[in-house]
Amino acid sequence: MLISGAEAVVRVLLEQGCDTVFGYPGGQVTDLYDALYRKRRCIRHILTADEQGAAHAADGYARASGRTGVVLATSGPGATNLVTGIATAYLDSVPMVAVTGNVSCRQIGRDSFQEVDIVGVTMPVTKHNFIVKHAEELPDTLRTAFRIAKSGRKGPVLVDIPRDVQTARCHFEAQDGPVPAEPVRTADADGLAAAAALLSQAVRPFIYFGGGILSGDASAELTALADRLDAPMGCSLMGLSAVPSDHPRFLGMMGMHGSAAAAAAEDEADLVLALGVRFSDRATGDQHRFARHAQIIHIDIDNAELQKNIPAVLDLCGDVKDALTRLLDLLPQQHHPAWSRRIASLRRREAQHAVPQSRSAGTLHPYTVIDTLQRYAAGAVIVTDVGQHQMWTAQRYPFTEPRSFLTSGGLGTMGFGLGAAVGAWLATGKRPVLFTGDGSFGMNLNELATAVSERVPVVIAVMRNGTLGMVRQWQRLFFGGRYAATTLSRQTDFVRVAEAFGAHGMHADSLESLNAAAEAAFSAKGPFVIDCAVSPDELVLPMLPPGGSVENIITEYP
Amino acid sequence: MNTLKKPEPVNRLYVIGVLVANISGVLSRVSGMFTRRGFNIDSLTVGETESSGFSRITIAFHGDEDIKERIIRQLDKLHDVREVEVMEQNETVTRELLLIKVRNCAEYRQDLMSAVEIFRSKIVDYSASAVICELTGETSKIDAFIDLMKPFDILEMCRTGIVALERGENCLKTVR
Repeated sequence: MLISGAEAVVRVLLEQGCDTVFGYPGGQVTDLYDALYRKRRCIRHILTADEQGAAHAADGYARASGRTGVVLATSGPGATNLVTGIATAYLDSVPMVAVTGNVSCRQIGRDSFQEVDIVGVTMPVTKHNFIVKHAEELPDTLRTAFRIAKSGRKGPVLVDIPRDVQTARCHFEAQDGPVPAEPVRTADADGLAAAAALLSQAVRPFIYFGGGILSGDASAELTALADRLDAPMGCSLMGLSAVPSDHPRFLGMMGMHGSAAAAAAEDEADLVLALGVRFSDRATGDQHRFARHAQIIHIDIDNAELQKNIPAVLDLCGDVKDALTRLLDLLPQQHHPAWSRRIASLRRREAQHAVPQSRSAGTLHPYTVIDTLQRYAAGAVIVTDVGQHQMWTAQRYPFTEPRSFLTSGGLGTMGFGLGAAVGAWLATGKRPVLFTGDGSFGMNLNELATAVSERVPVVIAVMRNGTLGMVRQWQRLFFGGRYAATTLSRQTDFVRVAEAFGAHGMHADSLESLNAAAEAAFSAKGPFVIDCAVSPDELVLPMLPPGGSVENIITEYP
Repeated sequence: MNTLKKPEPVNRLYVIGVLVANISGVLSRVSGMFTRRGFNIDSLTVGETESSGFSRITIAFHGDEDIKERIIRQLDKLHDVREVEVMEQNETVTRELLLIKVRNCAEYRQDLMSAVEIFRSKIVDYSASAVICELTGETSKIDAFIDLMKPFDILEMCRTGIVALERGENCLKTVR
């Protein structure tokens, strides 16, 4: 069948099971948009406020559902607006296909209007990218892009399509269904046997897991192994929601704002089993002193992560679900009563720090905001932006379901949340609850427009402290209280902002007003902003200073 | 699986052969990985292979075992990279080619000619004012020859960087 390149793109998207495209039209994608319009009953297009929002939405769609997110943008500024969103997905291993238009082949390299070498620009932040210069190659290239995005360690792939390739005719042969992912690599048997032997000799084992457990769908296997090993668990930011927060073996998040109990357990352990995690500096602190008394066994799907940041005595490349399943066959039940008692006492000590009390009148403690909204938010997808509110949410929110926590971990992208919340809603139909700050929300609040037009019932809790709180915290602790450029002398009224966009909102500065706002927010049909007054003096504690170690942890206000 | 007992880091020259799909942009992907991750390249050569679908890149760099291992794993991850191999010194034939232009001057012409002869270099261009010599050999030989040419007023030179093939019948395979 002879069809246009643009039509081939839409047919391949359908064939790959894509039901939603996030995007923004422009001069070099009008043919693609025309082809999409003709298939509008099969693929819905979500018009965002800008392309960055579209990329975050495709990312949120993928994180919440596990399916590949698709984003479409025009050449030049459209394409460059995607970059932060693509990089966000890349650092957190989120499957995404970004399609961009470009100027016609003969115009490339002449600095034509809205021409940018987006393949060059995105090379460092994609798993792979393509520019397609012949329409005949278009269908298979796009299929390959989907295959790469969802195979092994997942990630974003960009396909750049010059305008003349969209209009040229090509042969199209329909395929039955989505391209299969590449066969998963599995850990080798000798390595697993060696791992089982090490695990059975451990006296104080500790499990450190990351986002690989979520993308590898290995939550059940993980908790089964923790039980078998009689070991406590801690996770990276990306691992949150893989096991229920109240799981008796779960000590919480590790790292810069992780739980002190998890840090102490890691420090005292004689063996660390690291699963689907990459030892980011934010999770380990000083990488030379991380788990300094322990032998480390590292299992990950990406061979390049092994021995990269932390030397492991044993590293295994392979799918984590498969590796855990086979480890369970090899490892007899372990018992570590003394270690378990030690863990229980670490846990009790930590619990004493967790009582919320706001630091000035007329403000809410961040934990109070989280605890209150959480009572209304059963079954919700929790989304954050980046900063103090993100860490408070990560520390405090009681997650129960895998993929119920969406946050920009690796790149730390302020402005990620609202777009991601829109994507999560469209993928799952679960109400998103966005915890954000006045800094982050200010970056991309234009996506309120999208949330209103798509009737996304997102509850947005803005922890408004009038500062860029996380940087301010560093300034307070490490820069002698010199608050350079972190005080927001703004007069933005987020409730009126919400109303101006056609959404609703309420202010909250007390438990009563917060409860009233939550009542209204969780019965709203569309987006609802709760403007929560928070003291600028609240800190995220505990804090492991950058490059520090367990003995440097700050647990008290200075 | 890799059970790694940390050896003392020894900094040395590594030469790796990388077989890549012959696609535009592949050289930037490979060299970009080095820049991005802070690895240094001593020399890089690229050219066609016996099969039109593939190019072969030979990269020389200094580093320890740890750095070499990270480089290999990162290269292996690139979609267009088909095969990566460390070319171990005693199992590898390595060559470089040098073109060097020196001033043609009666005063030292005789010394120049003997150096050319001893190194089995070739004169590939000769004019009244300048001479171009060609030399192939291992890096150490090229270095020694350049040293010898220094007194003769080097006008310009260029060297290709290392190319390398494994001795015996083993090859970098074109099918993974």
